[in-house]
Amino acid sequence: MATMTAPPIVLSRLEFADSHTLSRYLATGGYEGLRKALTMFPEAVASEVDQASLLGRGGAGFPAGRKWSMLRKAPVSYLVVNGDESEPATFKDHLLLERDPHQLVEGVIIAAYALQVSAVFIFVRGEFALGLERVQQAVNDAYELGALGNKVFGSDFSVDVVVHPGAGAYICGEETALIEALEGKRGFPRIKPPFFPAVAGLYGEPTVVNNVETMSNLPWIVNHGGAAFAALGGGRSTGTRLFALAGRVNNPGVFEIEMVKNTFRDLIYDPQLGGGVIDDKRIKAIIPGGVSAPWFGPDQLDLPLGQDEVAEQGSMLGSGSIVVMDETTCVVRAAWRITKFFSRESCGQCTPCREGSGWIERAMYRIEHGGGRLEDIDLLLDLCDNIAPGLTWPPQQTTICVLGPSIPSSVHSAIQMFRDDFVEHVTKGGCPHD
Amino acid sequence: MSHFRIDIRQRAEEVLALYPRPRSAMLPLLHLAQEQDGYVTDEGIAEVAELTSTTPADVRGTALFYDMFHLEPVGRYVVGVCTNIACLLAGGDELLEHASATLGCSVGATSDDGLFTLEETECLADCNFAPCVQINHRYVRTTTPDAFDAVVAGLRAGTLDHDVPPHGTLIRVRRAGGLRASRADVAAERSAAVAARDARTPKETK
Repeated sequence: MATMTAPPIVLSRLEFADSHTLSRYLATGGYEGLRKALTMFPEAVASEVDQASLLGRGGAGFPAGRKWSMLRKAPVSYLVVNGDESEPATFKDHLLLERDPHQLVEGVIIAAYALQVSAVFIFVRGEFALGLERVQQAVNDAYELGALGNKVFGSDFSVDVVVHPGAGAYICGEETALIEALEGKRGFPRIKPPFFPAVAGLYGEPTVVNNVETMSNLPWIVNHGGAAFAALGGGRSTGTRLFALAGRVNNPGVFEIEMVKNTFRDLIYDPQLGGGVIDDKRIKAIIPGGVSAPWFGPDQLDLPLGQDEVAEQGSMLGSGSIVVMDETTCVVRAAWRITKFFSRESCGQCTPCREGSGWIERAMYRIEHGGGRLEDIDLLLDLCDNIAPGLTWPPQQTTICVLGPSIPSSVHSAIQMFRDDFVEHVTKGGCPHD
Repeated sequence: MSHFRIDIRQRAEEVLALYPRPRSAMLPLLHLAQEQDGYVTDEGIAEVAELTSTTPADVRGTALFYDMFHLEPVGRYVVGVCTNIACLLAGGDELLEHASATLGCSVGATSDDGLFTLEETECLADCNFAPCVQINHRYVRTTTPDAFDAVVAGLRAGTLDHDVPPHGTLIRVRRAGGLRASRADVAAERSAAVAARDARTPKETK
């Protein structure tokens, strides 16, 4: 079935119960990547990452090397690590933070060296109490080891890392909102342009924001070379990637697999991976990349797990989370719950998002709970069209950040694919699954 | 007079020293205020305002944006049950309903004995243990009603005190020491690194 020839890169220590400890980390090659990086010129380290063609693992999939090259040569600059993982059904960074915090810290120091940044903030989602403790312990250990602080491992490079707790707000995963939160403010995304914090980030200074999984790949890339990483996967999607599989599968979990070489079907049905659908039910739909992504039907399961391959079919791999809905699933209820999430998490700055999400949520609620009207279905499409005009993919944007245009994805998909289910809810006066 | 206890105040000052600007310490300091009092009190807000050189209104306005800060008293244990998509598909709504019956309080409310506050949460990023439950932001991984009841009984009996500290206590691992990269060294290293890089790469001519 699935081609799983690639070695694990970021999950290599998961077989050990003490994978989070410094002793286990050092016994399994820990901090060798950093030691090697320190013997290289900073730009040579950056060049390896560029050669690896590592796409950011946060959701947008922007090449990490290109992000780095935008950092202006300024006297003050910052590196901020985005560990605010909150996209529904995404739980891969959570795993890395709790189970291999040293790998993250080493990756962060390597990035700081390549960028010649001396101040790093690791922003960890507030709800990850254990993750915060594990990362803080790893940072403490790294100082003790000499991998952090003044003159890292005796080199001419000094850097400090601060672990910063979030406090419960999905929107802080948006990098400019995260920076606002790090400045001690409400997590309001900033108006673009500038589009990149590399131009104006923390305190208005050049800042690179990278995801936890992206950083966790760096020790391996430095140890084995960017070319070895680029040799895995295919096309623009190089290396392995963490996929968080959830929903109606026998074996939900986080799986590290080579990109492009496997399909959605492999991930869901391989006995070593998802293990098939619960009770062997038929798949009704899947969400291919976080709840901001348009859904796929069962006819698209043979699509490879690659960024461009999924984008060409009108959706996205996004945060790497895949949710399986089977024939027992009420798609109206599923789409309603997703909209409720966006409605709750909208920061409220932009009218289409703030008002639109609530309006859609109310209309979806009444359809699911028996108060729906047939004209609500077209009303929903109209509301979606007002938030993301044309309902294209990638979506048009009427808001400061991409939370707004993420709202229509599930509702639009559900109506397009399962309009009859909506009609049935309305004519039956309630949910047929209740 | 400081509202913070001596130990909390000392930790607050350590946190402040980690940031280039005091306001950046806002969220960690609010977590500390919540750790001391169990929720964010007016006195805690005033102290955070003083420490961050902002105003109490500014601190309150910021705190209200974030779900984890409670500006009203809550139970010793804040129980969060996720009903978002992955948990919905695994019976999150049913578990939330069960939790409400077990704890004797509705969603958003606190039990009469002041021990439990029940919340419906958004995705807690632990979807392979759906439906997901966190108590004071510790994963308890009780996906069935019976397992949930067992954890609640353990909390009532005090046998889970180590696993689940009281509400507000978030990070029990304290940072060992402050910033250590000396500013003078960093400045010297940077200019040396830039000079060395420029020597390696030929200057672009425009």
